Amino acid sequence: MKTMFQKIWERHEVVPETADTPAVLYIDLHLIHEVTTPQAFTVLREQGLKVRRPDLTFATMDHSTPTRTEQVFGGVPFSIESAAKQVAQLQTNCRDFGIELLHLQHDQRGIVHIVGPEQGLTQPGKTVVCGDSHTSTHGAFGALAFGIGTTEVGHVLATQCLLQRRPTTLAINVTGKLSAGVSAKDMILAIIGEIGVSGGTGTVIEYRGSAVRALSMEERMTVCNMSIEAGARAGLIAPDDTTFAYLERTPRAPKGAAWTRAVADWRALPSDAGATFDREVTLDGNRIEPMITYGTHPGMVMPISGNIPVKHNDPVFDKALAYMGLHAGEPIHNQPINVVFVGSCTNGRLEDLRAAASVLRGRKVAPGVQMLVVPGSQLVKRAAEAEGLDVIFKSAGADWRESGCSMCIGMNGDNVGRGQYSVSTSNRNFEGRQGQGARTLLASPLTAAASAVRGRVTDARELMNG
Amino acid sequence: MEPIKQIRSRTAALPYTNIDTDQIIPARFLTTTTRTGLGASLFSDWRYDGQGAAKADFPLNQPSASGCRILVAGRNFGCGSSREHAPWALLDYGFLAIISTEIADIFRSNSLKNGLLPVVVDDTTSAWLLANPGAEVTIDLETCTLNLPNGTRVKFPLEGFARYCLMNGVDEMGYLLSKDAAITAHEKARS
Repeated sequence: MKTMFQKIWERHEVVPETADTPAVLYIDLHLIHEVTTPQAFTVLREQGLKVRRPDLTFATMDHSTPTRTEQVFGGVPFSIESAAKQVAQLQTNCRDFGIELLHLQHDQRGIVHIVGPEQGLTQPGKTVVCGDSHTSTHGAFGALAFGIGTTEVGHVLATQCLLQRRPTTLAINVTGKLSAGVSAKDMILAIIGEIGVSGGTGTVIEYRGSAVRALSMEERMTVCNMSIEAGARAGLIAPDDTTFAYLERTPRAPKGAAWTRAVADWRALPSDAGATFDREVTLDGNRIEPMITYGTHPGMVMPISGNIPVKHNDPVFDKALAYMGLHAGEPIHNQPINVVFVGSCTNGRLEDLRAAASVLRGRKVAPGVQMLVVPGSQLVKRAAEAEGLDVIFKSAGADWRESGCSMCIGMNGDNVGRGQYSVSTSNRNFEGRQGQGARTLLASPLTAAASAVRGRVTDARELMNG
Repeated sequence: MEPIKQIRSRTAALPYTNIDTDQIIPARFLTTTTRTGLGASLFSDWRYDGQGAAKADFPLNQPSASGCRILVAGRNFGCGSSREHAPWALLDYGFLAIISTEIADIFRSNSLKNGLLPVVVDDTTSAWLLANPGAEVTIDLETCTLNLPNGTRVKFPLEGFARYCLMNGVDEMGYLLSKDAAITAHEKARS
């Protein structure tokens, strides 16, 4: 009786783990971007090594790239010179090593964890790695997907393999079903609130249960994306007909007889009935409410309807609240805000934009609030424009941009100002993440849009029922 | 990588839990295309104020922290982003080891690949170290022990392979390249 993780792991062992040595694990898909690769390619150049499998390597540019149209397409220079150099370096490396690259102006460029799935490169049963911790996103397809460092990027480029010790398994069962107005983002925030930011350390999480089964592929990606915020190595959701329907429409998924064979193979992947996990946690999906973070890591999270917790003799907690300018025991609902960011590999897909647009339709962003909407890829951007979502965002007074990581990590000049409160659909609320002194409140696209309209932290259901 | 047998130093302490890699090295420094020079930006937003002056109350800015090669921190050190720039910055600054009750997975792996030693200890040892910054300790890789000034010897976990690589200055890339035949066989079997 095997778990899905076990099946995938065993299929990819080039050399099994021993007491003295880690396993050598084969990597089916290596996604790369401009930030974590320069030093890896330098090692290959220094050692005279080639990329072993350029055909299994795929590149995009996302973290350092501008989102302003004039800087992407209009020849206006990047705001940050070192970012421009880094992007140029990826271009040179991909050219020299024969790797397919979605370059800056490519009409399918986007955030790496949005591009892999929408291209159909991410598939069930694959091992997928990238020099980025949100690689866990691809686990939504039943792929074993995890983030690696730059040295390991070099290892995969040169050998298509990684040295890995086997993690333990954690099953997270979400029963029932999400209520109306409650998003997949709220589900994963609730999970992280429950198990903590190191609750998944050393594990691969499998998300199970009726509430998970009911999620669309984009919703599953939102959930798996934040597995790393619980400290987990990876997060998996078993593939099913929802998965196959999504993949069938992608350009690079198998076609014809190869598709039929692949689906038969994929149907055998889910964990066997009776397979055991090292640990199991259960949450009631019916009881999950819209959530928002109040502190300086994703585990400092609460229902919007609640009060900020009170903790005694906890100087680290006090320091976090002082940074955020918030107070223990007080509600967070109605907290005035300055910036709203809709985007990122967590919530930058078409369904996320539709959700935000559904709240903004016929409404305006509150005076004094800056709202930035950044589609996760150029494909998502065009699909959103075909539905008129961009018109809704612009009419409301939001800024509509070209795709990229943008304000999630703030490496490209899209930043939140010192002391400003930002409701963000991204994945990290660490001190200074979106800008020095920035105060990030993580939430769903519905919550972000509703908060933009009122200029205060708002449960979107108040606007949806009115 | 130079072989490491022993690390002997006074400790510097950051008594905060969940120190994430955005604090260790903020994203604006990640546009570098090299591994060097990041020490100047280590803990940048905690070390320096808005005008670039060193903050007097930050532990690493205290005169007593000067020359310390071992950093003691609260649990879940290195959580968050997978940026290997975090161990690069710590090493470039001068640290050789991190002691905590819990060290995040990706950070741990990145550290080992660069010769920054992650030392996980129990709550009691950690509490003592956090309360006594400046203590002179010795970390011995042969025995995987941390020796405290009062004579206590605390064992810490370290996988045999990682220990071997650190003690012998072995680069894992060479090890992986040596598996070429097995990798080729695997590719053939799956095609």
